[in-house]
Amino acid sequence: MKPIYLDYAATTPVDPKVLKEMLPYLKEECGNPSSIHNFGQKAQMAVDKARERVAGFLSCSPSEIVFTGSATEANNLAIFGISPSHIITTKIEHHAVFEPCEALEKEGVEVTYLPVGKEGIVKVSDVEKAIKENTVLVSVMYANNEIGSIQPIAEIGKLLKNSKILFHTDAVQAVNYLDCDVQKLGVDLLTLSAHKIYGPKGIGALYIKKGTSIRPLIYGGNQEHGMRSGTENVAGIVGLGTAISQIPNIPNIPKTQELRDKLIDSILEKIPNSKLNGSREYRLANNVNVTFEGAEGESMVIALDQEGIAASTGSACSTRSLEPSHVLLALGLTPEQAHGSLRLTLGRYTTKQEIDYVLKILPEVIKRLRKISGRY
Amino acid sequence: MVYYSKKIMEHFLHPRHLGKIKDANGVGDTQNLRCGDVMKIYIKVEKKDGKERIKEAKFETLGCGHAIAISDMICALAEGKTLKQAKKITFDDIAEQVGEVPKPKLHCIRLAETALKSAIKDHESKKKK
Repeated sequence: MKPIYLDYAATTPVDPKVLKEMLPYLKEECGNPSSIHNFGQKAQMAVDKARERVAGFLSCSPSEIVFTGSATEANNLAIFGISPSHIITTKIEHHAVFEPCEALEKEGVEVTYLPVGKEGIVKVSDVEKAIKENTVLVSVMYANNEIGSIQPIAEIGKLLKNSKILFHTDAVQAVNYLDCDVQKLGVDLLTLSAHKIYGPKGIGALYIKKGTSIRPLIYGGNQEHGMRSGTENVAGIVGLGTAISQIPNIPNIPKTQELRDKLIDSILEKIPNSKLNGSREYRLANNVNVTFEGAEGESMVIALDQEGIAASTGSACSTRSLEPSHVLLALGLTPEQAHGSLRLTLGRYTTKQEIDYVLKILPEVIKRLRKISGRY
Repeated sequence: MVYYSKKIMEHFLHPRHLGKIKDANGVGDTQNLRCGDVMKIYIKVEKKDGKERIKEAKFETLGCGHAIAISDMICALAEGKTLKQAKKITFDDIAEQVGEVPKPKLHCIRLAETALKSAIKDHESKKKK
């Protein structure tokens, strides 16, 4: 049997159409967009087209898009680029937001980390209460990478509409499944990534609303209107443009959600002492995150891998750290419960047969690990 | 370096010393507070030729694949040894048995060392009573 990939929140395969459009820019169309000759012009045109596609998806102007080397870089640019004196963020942000905030905190910037409820959702009223005279930035992720909980971004956008406070959202996990119209969301800054949407790795983007006062992190040849110097990753940018332009055409969300619900319901029914983490209602269509008491996450991942199933504990980036997931702790889980969690994230190519196979294997794996731990 | 070596995988998938010893003479229960792993080692001690020897060692572990595999390995290492010899098992002795292991997992070896030592201690303190 072909290995089953259920870690789409970590990364996705490049869509064949995306790869096809990228390839010429890795081969014969080798121009540097800054060059004046025909090769350069063609490369510049490809970058412009991709920028228009991203802007079209976000309902903004192409001049408001800055391509970066990753979503992590885009988040860093959004946070370090605006010299805040007080930041409001949440306890469940990705490390790419969390760590820049912590770094600024060490330099004396004030940071408020808002709690979330049991379902992993921040309250708009908590954002409102946290606002101070010197608040410069609010950064709240659109959807959580570990538990898939969807945050009330448009409501926070409404709250901040007539203020001078800048509003950033890390929308990396949301792009495939949620409306990312920046006008509707009311955000000033929005981060996205190509490799989570069936595009290549090594390319991200930051939407920066016109008029936002922001400094670059990287200086040099003035590419990306001076906001991100360095020769453009032309093939990557083309890949991002194609990947994002395909999203509205692929009616995969109801199917993914149906499979997700089947997976959640069957796990909770078949495996005793299992509990879903996050919200049932405000949840990404592809996310399953369950705690199994008496079993440990990494050993689940390794045992499933042996059976040809690729899953993850918490987030892919934290699997090599010993600390329990900060997101699960923020939900009120004990460290032991947090260590016993498994994330399965579905995607465009997930089939019913694959889900059926997981439902056959997973209960056996949990049973075996519980026997090893001597619990249950 | 692969994250899970062949040897670790083998012990994780097919542990030979898994389970409880109902009439154990000593039980060592230890937890790593940082990673949350809980390791429990049971020993059955018999007296032979005037020396106390670990006749059987078993484990129950709530933890990652490394913690489980290393639990199995330390039981194998302890079995057949006199208590005097078993007490002398060091971090390095276990590490040598374990072989290739990524740095963040080195603490699993320390956990196993502590669990075995506390199982022996448990046995000795019961004897005194």
